[in-house]
Amino acid sequence: MNALIIDDSKAMRTILRGILVNLGFNVLEAADGREAIEQMELSTDIALALVDWNMPVMNGFEFISEVRSSNVYDGTKLMMVTTEAEMDSVIAALEAGADEYLMKPFTTEAVLEKLEILGISSVE
Amino acid sequence: MSVKQPIAADEFQYVSTLVRERSAIVLEVGKEYLVESRLTALARTLEYDSLSSLIRELRTKKCPQLVNHVIEAMTTNETLFFRDRHPFEALQEDIIPDLIKKRADSKKLTFWCAASSSGQEPYSVCIMLREHFPQLLNWDIQFICSDISELMLKRTREGIYSQLEINRGMPARLMVKYFLKEGATWQAKPELREMITTRQLNLAGQWATIPPCDIVFIRNVLIYFDTTVKREILGKIRRILKPGGTMLLGGSETTIHIDDEYERVRAAGSWVYRVAS
Repeated sequence: MNALIIDDSKAMRTILRGILVNLGFNVLEAADGREAIEQMELSTDIALALVDWNMPVMNGFEFISEVRSSNVYDGTKLMMVTTEAEMDSVIAALEAGADEYLMKPFTTEAVLEKLEILGISSVE
Repeated sequence: MSVKQPIAADEFQYVSTLVRERSAIVLEVGKEYLVESRLTALARTLEYDSLSSLIRELRTKKCPQLVNHVIEAMTTNETLFFRDRHPFEALQEDIIPDLIKKRADSKKLTFWCAASSSGQEPYSVCIMLREHFPQLLNWDIQFICSDISELMLKRTREGIYSQLEINRGMPARLMVKYFLKEGATWQAKPELREMITTRQLNLAGQWATIPPCDIVFIRNVLIYFDTTVKREILGKIRRILKPGGTMLLGGSETTIHIDDEYERVRAAGSWVYRVAS
């Protein structure tokens, strides 16, 4: 099962990749929303995308809005993983179509617990 | 204070005896790492120059305030919202609907969260009740949270959580509905905080303040006690459970071979406990 990590920080992508690989995901990476859209067009079977908010070219909010503008990716769970921690940001992301929201900094346990909320505990 | 120091055998023996006398919690040999970790952090907070200095003062002066700090540090455990999903499914799909039928005449339900720590479990249950059982808003609901630590009870009453804490297990949709952002922290809305009352209580001591209950949560608590104390606690819970009431234990806990007057009942994928008829 494929997961896509979208973050302009290589360090953050590495941390999240380690967690998802341990769960059994095949992990793809993108450094901004536009690159992520291109990845999704190539691999339509992406089950999960972890999305940073603040990125160049296309930010995470714009990415989620675009992905949710059609029903092509309805099967893809989108979780915002971001330093944006204000109530308005969380509400805006959920309204745009994010399925979950995790605020940085986070612990590995918090990532796993959020994935469990999304019905993901491990990948066969 | 510098790095964490290993605890000497006599220091560990003193701390484990003190904790056992005050809380009945058993710290067996092999748990030195836990005492080192918890009390080194406390020593740093209270500005002792070492863990040994803190324990020396504990032994020589026996200051009640310091004893309380040590007991709190050793009895406060990691918790998160909606911990282990299954008990909440059991409540939602089975236990609460059943109780709503059974208590339709009195319209009164009493919940007791027996070791509520910093409040994540009771607030999770209160959120579940408000989300799925709006008809209970007109009922007389008593939700008692108890803990040995007054500091934890204060935290529960305040319902204030750091970002790291609110990240743990709380669905974002429920976070924005039931919490308010206050600076860098998130506080449970008054409608949740008003649902609960707190009582300081040592599970191994007297329980004069606990009324008859419909649901008792005592999850991941019994594991810290020896069999004799577990049996006493389970016996006391049996006597305060109302007919048809339910007790929820942690996933690794059971009454089997400890108190056989309970029956284990399957509820939506979880085992829960009722007094055998």
